[in-house]
Amino acid sequence: MHAAVIVFPGSNCDRDLAVAFKAVGAKVSMVWHKDTSLPEGVDIVGVPGGFSYGDYLRSGAMAANSPIMRAVKREAERGVPVLGVCNGFQVIAEAGLLPGALMRNAGQTFICRDAELTVENTQSLFTRGYDEGAAIRIPVAHHDGNYFADDETLDMLEGEGRVAFRYVENCNGSQRDIAGVLNAEGNVLGMMPHPERAVEQAHGGTDGLALFENAIKTLVSA
Amino acid sequence: MKARVHVMLKNGVLDPQGEAVRHALGAMGFEGVNGVRQGKVIELDLNEGATKADVEAMCEKLLANTVIESYTVEMS
Repeated sequence: MHAAVIVFPGSNCDRDLAVAFKAVGAKVSMVWHKDTSLPEGVDIVGVPGGFSYGDYLRSGAMAANSPIMRAVKREAERGVPVLGVCNGFQVIAEAGLLPGALMRNAGQTFICRDAELTVENTQSLFTRGYDEGAAIRIPVAHHDGNYFADDETLDMLEGEGRVAFRYVENCNGSQRDIAGVLNAEGNVLGMMPHPERAVEQAHGGTDGLALFENAIKTLVSA
Repeated sequence: MKARVHVMLKNGVLDPQGEAVRHALGAMGFEGVNGVRQGKVIELDLNEGATKADVEAMCEKLLANTVIESYTVEMS
């Protein structure tokens, strides 16, 4: 099992994401944003949190157009799973892998705390180990996590079961309390909360571990 | 040749920063401010012969996120 974690200038959760993948048995390659291809045989891609390119222009906008993201898009279209967390969600949304956009938090402040989420989709390879409607506690740490899409897109996401997680208490103004969304094929997940910050007891909780375990388990059995 | 691009949040998209500025103006005693929308101005210095269509392509691909933002281009 081989995971690639993308590293942009300004990424700061890349090593945490690597630790989470390693915790469930994956070999991890760190891949620099200027690379034009992913290592041979990569089974899953992680796009980490942080402040890629200093959030210049818009969060994720510059990173979305970096050379490695062209390769990530190609792999995602082939069905390779891609997990974008926090800034990684902003990047893959800007890259067009997921609908919608992440705007400045409605309350204007940077939010750094645990958030209660409900698991809305238990079909995707990332979420199938959770019980439907389960409440999980995952840390959030962001300034631009306010998920926006037009009503038609939101209706489509809900109708197709593509809302992966919702906030129990909406902390950032996200439309319909959305914390994480899937692409139509279910192999791309973007989420603002940080599951990699909830994989060890020392983190204060392990509710994020199942996400990594499920993804790897599904890939191993495939 | 220069281009000036204005990027604004689309109508109907909540602008939390604009709202914060509106509140601040009210708190400072400036009355009658019913709405504030905050955007960006991007100035481009271009080779001669660049067209508005070139700049619009830049807007579509990078300078604006058309899910939430609209843009206008002025050439001079």
